[in-house]
Amino acid sequence: MITSARYKNNLLGEKSSIEAVINDKTWIVPLDEENADYQAILQWVAEGNTIAEAD
Amino acid sequence: MALSKIDVANMLTGLVPNDNTIRRPNAKPIIINGDMAIAQRGTSATGKTSSGYYTCDRIQFVANDAGTHTVIQETSTSGNAYINGFAEAYRIDCTTADASVAADSALFIKYKVEGRDAQVFKKGTSNAEKFTLAFWVKSNKTGTGQVNLRDEVNTRQCSATYTISSANTWEHKICNFAADTTGALPSTNAEGFGIEWYLAAGSNYTSGTAPTAWEAISNADSAASLNLAISGSTDNDFSLTGVQLEVGEYSSTTLPPFQFESFEDSLNRCLRYFYHRGGISRLGFASATANTSTACLGVHFFPVIMRATPSQAQSASTGFYITGGTQNQTAQSALFGTEGISKYGVTLNATGSSLNVGYGYWLNAVDSTAYMQWSAEL
Repeated sequence: MITSARYKNNLLGEKSSIEAVINDKTWIVPLDEENADYQAILQWVAEGNTIAEAD
Repeated sequence: MALSKIDVANMLTGLVPNDNTIRRPNAKPIIINGDMAIAQRGTSATGKTSSGYYTCDRIQFVANDAGTHTVIQETSTSGNAYINGFAEAYRIDCTTADASVAADSALFIKYKVEGRDAQVFKKGTSNAEKFTLAFWVKSNKTGTGQVNLRDEVNTRQCSATYTISSANTWEHKICNFAADTTGALPSTNAEGFGIEWYLAAGSNYTSGTAPTAWEAISNADSAASLNLAISGSTDNDFSLTGVQLEVGEYSSTTLPPFQFESFEDSLNRCLRYFYHRGGISRLGFASATANTSTACLGVHFFPVIMRATPSQAQSASTGFYITGGTQNQTAQSALFGTEGISKYGVTLNATGSSLNVGYGYWLNAVDSTAYMQWSAEL
């Protein structure tokens, strides 16, 4: 279950991943549609949730 | 075509080689970690109420508002499964019961077959093969279980039922599934089809009829024959091991023997989907170079190429040292790599202080509790 998600930037300042809390554990999730966690985040967004912008 | 086995005895007698062996198109079992020997994530996970991968590799716990459970890699030293070579099993214990599962809630165990590994069934072709699923099961509950093959790509499913006859006793079950000439599975690294052992379900999953032929997915059929209700009492548990999927139709007298793999071979196949590194004090994660006085970067190559670009997790950020020359400082932030993670490896980015630009450092574990994990599960 996803409880939060926030974009992370790489050293060039580009969005490169999402820091997400999934089942009470923090994961860095790549922006790759072959990744099951990213697929789950996209579904989570489709349900009305929002990925926060990078700090 | 390479031969996987030469039946010398039957060659000498002129008999036809054993059909059980020649129908196996794979040198390795289709199911990875079917004997539940590999548990990189740990041997016990408590308080589970939502879906995820816990304990045994490749085995997914799927739960949606259906009680609370502990997931265990169970070890055995006796019993019918044990004497047939299975010392480990995937076990679910109900710790908070849901005696009246909501209509849209369910609890089941799932194994996802990667599309490339599913091609041997020739699904969606005129030569489609039947499926035989065998497994060992043990529960305090007796009754009927339902297991489904679920093709999410073509939204099709097929079911089989089995009976647990004796409580708390390992029993071997063999389930046959029809061939499906409809709905080809893509030969990719995505999910081909899944195997679902339903353990509890609400009326949205039980109001139909278990399909013995492939059909368009109807959730109402998914647990229509199930009467185990594992989530219904804290007395309940369910254990599974020896999962074996074969091409073709077999019975208890014709089923080929379980293909045991060495621990090393099984672990290496699991690493395509999940990789845990940790458990050793001062364990190295990368050789790194300081590119600024506060950051150093080092590449970590995965032991096998993963299925896809993985997600990454780690223990507390204070669990890692940056070591070099006379310096040995605790990394001030996570080693999380955001600089080019791929299925091949990751560049770890550690933050420190007063680092010597251009100097080499060693990113390593403070103690045995530090770990990093990468997940490319389906």
